[in-house]
Amino acid sequence: MKEKILTKNFGLKNSFKIDVYLEKKGYTAVRKALKEMTPEQILDEVKKANLRGRGGAGFPAGVKWSFVPDVDKPKYLCANADEGEPGTFKDRYIMAHDPHLLIEGVIITCFCVGIHHAFIYIRGEYEAVALRLEQAISEAYEKGFLGKNILKTGFKLDITVHRGAGAYICGEETGLLESLEGKRGYPRLKPPFPASIGLFQCPTVINNVETLSNVPAIILKGADWFCQQGLPGDGGTRIFGVSGMVKNPGIYELPVGTSLRDIIFKHAGGMKEGKTLKAVIPGGMSAPILRADEIDLKMDFDSLVEAKSMLGSAAIIVIDEETPILEVLKAVAKFYSHESCGQCTPCRIGTSWINKIVKRLVQGKGEQEDLKAILRLANNILGKTLCPLGDAAAMPISSIVEKFNDELESSLIQ
Amino acid sequence: MSPEFSEQTKKKIKEVISRYPRMEASLLPVLHLTQQEFGYLPEEAERAVAKMLRIKPVRVREAVTFYTMLHSQKKGKYHIQVCSNLTCSILGAEKLIDYLRNKLKIEPGETTADSKFTLSTVECLGACEAAPCMQINFDYYGNLDKKRIDSILESLD
Ligand SMILES: Cc1cc2nc3c(=O)[nH]c(=O)nc-3n(C[C@H](O)[C@H](O)[C@H](O)COP(=O)(O)O)c2cc1C
Ligand code: SF4
Repeated sequence: MKEKILTKNFGLKNSFKIDVYLEKKGYTAVRKALKEMTPEQILDEVKKANLRGRGGAGFPAGVKWSFVPDVDKPKYLCANADEGEPGTFKDRYIMAHDPHLLIEGVIITCFCVGIHHAFIYIRGEYEAVALRLEQAISEAYEKGFLGKNILKTGFKLDITVHRGAGAYICGEETGLLESLEGKRGYPRLKPPFPASIGLFQCPTVINNVETLSNVPAIILKGADWFCQQGLPGDGGTRIFGVSGMVKNPGIYELPVGTSLRDIIFKHAGGMKEGKTLKAVIPGGMSAPILRADEIDLKMDFDSLVEAKSMLGSAAIIVIDEETPILEVLKAVAKFYSHESCGQCTPCRIGTSWINKIVKRLVQGKGEQEDLKAILRLANNILGKTLCPLGDAAAMPISSIVEKFNDELESSLIQ
Repeated sequence: MSPEFSEQTKKKIKEVISRYPRMEASLLPVLHLTQQEFGYLPEEAERAVAKMLRIKPVRVREAVTFYTMLHSQKKGKYHIQVCSNLTCSILGAEKLIDYLRNKLKIEPGETTADSKFTLSTVECLGACEAAPCMQINFDYYGNLDKKRIDSILESLD
């Protein structure tokens, strides 16, 4: 039986308190990293572990950290807790149930990269979770895991919790940086990448909450062990968040590479009484849709790329036969037209135009030409925008129209 | 006229500003505190914040008009924000929104005549395991149906 890395403490009473965390050998990874390892050794271990980013893109964390140049400027870490991807709620669980796991991951990452100020950018709606994080951080200061002279090693680190204010685009890493600087969350043109020019023009590492929370286990148990928990090139477990028409919606921590069918039908209890499966969105709303006959696949980054979808945030939305596919299309089109930040024309105009057409379809006034127009508009967004939100809108929309063309056609004016 | 901040909020704002390497980076947390104090962000409050952070008022206006949680207009005492995103829709959010429209006799975006409730529809709240869900001010409510909505609203005075 493989072990749980991220959710092992969730069931404990007061799991969010430092005493409980310490009792479960919490903060021993920080001790080991700061006292027995060099930053280079930590970096090597995390690289070998093939810890791929849990925020969506799956970029290897160790490689990202190694891009940070050694310059005479402050460096920053931003833990991405914006969690705006529809269907996603895993980071909330980590922060609410085991905030010290994240804090421990942040400390080790900062020690490895030479960072002395970390921010946790948390979506504004999670007010209660932000309070809990702040309490956990002050506990960590009291016990000497944060502050000026951590564990008497001379290493210094402060963590600031920063609440967003309602904008999906601030989850995009450069939108996040702009927002954290007190501006609108308009994504920046890349390159330069945040690793060299990030927050306040300084080198900055941005990682998802779940990514960082894996670091303590890698330090304690090693890269080989971590890979064994998942796949050789995609180590560890994922917290799959299952929602929609299933019996037991919730989070399931399972090895990277677990079958999508098993997650839905074994772990989440299968479909709700009397419902049959129509489609699955396997990695948050930005992921192209899968038909019911396409779910025999392994949930890891590469397998989903092969299936022309995306593992993304590993948020699985389960859709039943009775839900009209038009309703799915409507929710997707509405979301992206609302959340486009408006900086680039293809995304701003394209998403709102698609949304208008879909509204017409919903009113029963759609014509054959409309479906083609949606595909054409989506294609004109794809690859032509400043940040990946454009693609994140175009891909799922095209996939719905292409895979469910027959059903959509039947809703048109005949 | 500059709005009166309570001593407690002034102290909190000062503390928050000190957490950032640059003053202007504290804009969002300072606006959260300001909105908490006044219930919304009137123009005078925007100007007061600009002065505090030594930035141009237009920078504050840009933020207030960009972020959905910041309001230039007064809201009802209870701001009901119902998720209308995918998972919640699959599980019946639209019917619940209709139910609330009829019950409160307002459309999304409006406030009841007695200023008690404002109704809004919002995008994913990050609580899909408990869909359909809503947030009232900062409290989350999940697994909603009409009966549960009735009892939640009744419990608010
Ligand atoms: C539109 C958009 C929204 C995003 N939202 C989030 C988010 O809410 N949380 C997150 O961790 N990453 C989000 N990302 C991905 C980040 O840009 C970034 O890749 C990630 O935080 C890096 O961390 P990781 O390598 O640990 O995954 C988003 C990306 C895009 C394009
Ligand atoms: S792609 Fe869309 S969200 Fe991204 S910068 Fe352009 S307009 Fe903004």
